[in-house]
Amino acid sequence: MAENSQTPESVTLTIDGREVSVPKGTTILQAAEALGNRIPHYCYHPGLSAPAQCRLCLVEVEGAPKLQPSCITEVQDGQVVLTESEEATRQRTGVLEFYLANHPLDCPICDQSGECKLQDYVHAEGRKHGRSREPKRVFGRDDFGGDILFYGDRCVMCTRCVRFMNEMAQDPRLTVVERGNRSIIDTFFEEGVEGSPYAGNIVDICPVGALVSKDFLHKARAWDLDHKPTICPNCSQGCNIDFHVRDNRVQRLKPRANLEVNQYWMCDYGRHRYEWMNREDRIESPVVNRSGRPVPSDWSETLEALHGRLQEGVRPVKAVASPFASNEDLAALRHLVDALGGGEIVYRLPRADREIPLPGFPRLSRRRDLAPNGRGAEILGMERVGDDEGAGGLDELAHYTGTLVVLGDELADLEPDFGEQAALYIYVGSHPSPAASQADYRLPATTFAEQEGTFTNHEGRVQRFWPGLQAPGLARPAWLVLGALAARMTGGPVPTSAAEAFVQAAELAPEFQGLTYESIGTRGAIINEPVALPGA
Amino acid sequence: MAYPYTHDKEVRLLSRGWGDPASRTLEGWKALGGYEGLRKALEMSRDEVTGVVKDAGLRGRGGAGFPAGVKWSFMPKEKKGPHYLCCNADESEPGTFKDREIMRWTPHQMIEGCLIAAYAIQADHVYIYCRGEFFETNEIVGRAVEEAYEAGLAGTDILGSGVNIDVTVHVGAGAYICGEETGLMNSLEGRRGLPRVKPPFPAASGLFGKPTTINNVETLAAVPHIVVNGAEWYRQWGTEKSPGTKLFCVSGHVKRPGNYELPLGFPLKELIYDVCGGMREGRKLKAVVPGGSSVPFLDAAECEDCSLSYEGVVEAGSMLGCASVMVMDDSTNIVKQVRRTVDFFSHESCGQCTPCREGTTWLARILKRIETGRGTEEDLQTLLELGDQMTGTTICVLSDSAAAPVRSSIEKFRDDYLALIRRGEKVGAA
Repeated sequence: MAENSQTPESVTLTIDGREVSVPKGTTILQAAEALGNRIPHYCYHPGLSAPAQCRLCLVEVEGAPKLQPSCITEVQDGQVVLTESEEATRQRTGVLEFYLANHPLDCPICDQSGECKLQDYVHAEGRKHGRSREPKRVFGRDDFGGDILFYGDRCVMCTRCVRFMNEMAQDPRLTVVERGNRSIIDTFFEEGVEGSPYAGNIVDICPVGALVSKDFLHKARAWDLDHKPTICPNCSQGCNIDFHVRDNRVQRLKPRANLEVNQYWMCDYGRHRYEWMNREDRIESPVVNRSGRPVPSDWSETLEALHGRLQEGVRPVKAVASPFASNEDLAALRHLVDALGGGEIVYRLPRADREIPLPGFPRLSRRRDLAPNGRGAEILGMERVGDDEGAGGLDELAHYTGTLVVLGDELADLEPDFGEQAALYIYVGSHPSPAASQADYRLPATTFAEQEGTFTNHEGRVQRFWPGLQAPGLARPAWLVLGALAARMTGGPVPTSAAEAFVQAAELAPEFQGLTYESIGTRGAIINEPVALPGA
Repeated sequence: MAYPYTHDKEVRLLSRGWGDPASRTLEGWKALGGYEGLRKALEMSRDEVTGVVKDAGLRGRGGAGFPAGVKWSFMPKEKKGPHYLCCNADESEPGTFKDREIMRWTPHQMIEGCLIAAYAIQADHVYIYCRGEFFETNEIVGRAVEEAYEAGLAGTDILGSGVNIDVTVHVGAGAYICGEETGLMNSLEGRRGLPRVKPPFPAASGLFGKPTTINNVETLAAVPHIVVNGAEWYRQWGTEKSPGTKLFCVSGHVKRPGNYELPLGFPLKELIYDVCGGMREGRKLKAVVPGGSSVPFLDAAECEDCSLSYEGVVEAGSMLGCASVMVMDDSTNIVKQVRRTVDFFSHESCGQCTPCREGTTWLARILKRIETGRGTEEDLQTLLELGDQMTGTTICVLSDSAAAPVRSSIEKFRDDYLALIRRGEKVGAA
């Protein structure tokens, strides 16, 4: 919005005594946000239309006869806005009291507790003591289908969920029934939002605990969760998301706003595929296969031994990569393979039969490629093999007699004799499988959830992710493992950080040139379109 | 033939023909001079029609009292797409029964007004939004519209003028809030009848997002008379700021309740004691709600010098609204009256805005508690403060309307409340 190439007409106004200049057409609420002043609101959501009905964001505008809804009132030059005036504060306190008149105050058993806007606002500006002595209205709980439960008593009737289904999902499954104090959100049919591929977002945008996820129900308290920014690994869209982590386990995934990739949303397909990150069957330490007997080892010994093995001379190399690996990991594999004389690298990528776009923002779609970094593998000259299940395609390699390097691919569909005939079989991965256990050297790698790195999404946007989980045992990022090996072979430098590993990746692929972790930042950068940093 | 009650002091302009089933027909209405206004208007320019209505000072009869001619002049002069006229026949303010009578006895009066107004604002289509519960009336209106079409008074090439105006009768489904102008438009469009945020105002973006004017039945019914007889003629009645005649719907504890058409500025006392025959035998005046259930009460003292014009009632401490005069004698339990009013608003709140959705119900519950002897004096303070929180903070004014009678009744009839509260205290102590 702020970075349009042609500067839109600017408007200067004063909010709570501070002057701010914003583009014409900005609302008071957005202008205040630019100053770091978040005016309380429920019905307004930046991704949806604004009905101005919660009446919480009313502010005093000098010259206006009554309080104005800041979410839809556009700024005007010279406007003087007071968000903290006696009148405005009184209004907010009053509206909050109205919300509490029928709210069950069941925070101790409410999933939203700790991240609830009603709690936040009432703590900040609510009345100390409620005045309502009347019995509370009771709606009870309703199963909205799919992953969604509805607690009617907690609802503040902001209608964000209805508007999301109407405007973004364009799958109008929810509506307001009845009117006045009896009005309530309801589904049209028994199945509710079941099968609507983006319905999970209504839980995210519900400002209170009215809409909750069955998957997350009573699983963790909001204040026990660490939020770690990352990228959704479940398709090539690369939605910006957060891990919500507790006890070193991902408890749920939540979208993180990126207006160019996923706005404020993510699909249910991606949202509900996180359990694999919590798998406990892991390769935890390097394992060296000594005459058919696996022997756990430590890194220096293993790398030393492996280096020795490689120096003895290497048969032609072939490698298998994984589109779930980061650009850095893949580039490190490419470096190693090149250092060993070069060879073909293939990867397998499951592919869905169709895309699932979000109609209200079709740039966001569950893509057909069900892995985050197929594009990265492609850029680094790797070749896709196998079928749409992400299986097969490795028949030739199964009995390959040269040097075989596997990165990340679990090989779960393959026979236990995979790689048996290889002169040297190096497996770098995180989860054990029969086919992986044949490796002469089995090296434990972190998953993307445990390391820093970048993925390249379907449109060529390189996006950074950050570690959310502690890696088990001796698992290390593959870029470090493979980079160290390659460095030993070439005498080049060992990357000491993911950022350095990315610089090395850029040496391999012109597409990445000009990009650095700094320039990619938190919003990502498109390949071949280097972002000029201010002052650079 | 005698319409339930009439009085010599009435000026029967709009109510001419009431009580006579013949005036329902096109022929009957023509016999009363009907459709002369339309004929004359079509010979005038659109601006001239708007001008004469403006000069006559005709104010909106739906309650707000906004000058009709001025409202019409907000419509874009240059037509870029369809324009619409909505005739608000969703008369549902408790205590109001004037539009129903217009539609019931002289539907063509309204239709003629609609056609003239539509001509003035270049509307292609008139929607008459009728209250769903008016079964008999709606049938009459429907028949009248058919008659008008058959006679070439509506539809294409009206009276050979080349002007095309369609008229559609739409019957609502029984929600009070659909009488709010933007709620009405949403309802017409097939949406929930939720009032819209203004701006944009209907003249810029109304029905189906097109420039729209919305007028009350009584406002439109007055238009043909003004067009035929001129602004000066209309101004012979009423006051400078409130010209013309007005239908007063008198209900309550008077001897002859009913619809009376009187010049604006008519004294309230005279209406009660002369026109309506006074209070019931042996009873004294206690309170008057002069403009439908959403306006503040007047107590007996305030009624003394109250003149029934838009400005006069405001001076007395209330609002003329749609001139539904509810008269209450000293047998009235004001708390019960207020509770029933607030119950109504609570039932009819659309539920968008928090202060209204939660506030109306809360007020109603507190009032119920007081009424049944379980109230406290603190409750009165709570009622006033909740009323404050509900005033001027919502999209439409239903919330304000619910709060107004509560506030004014506590201010003016506090003793009624205290009597009930203290009765409760005694019960509690025993």
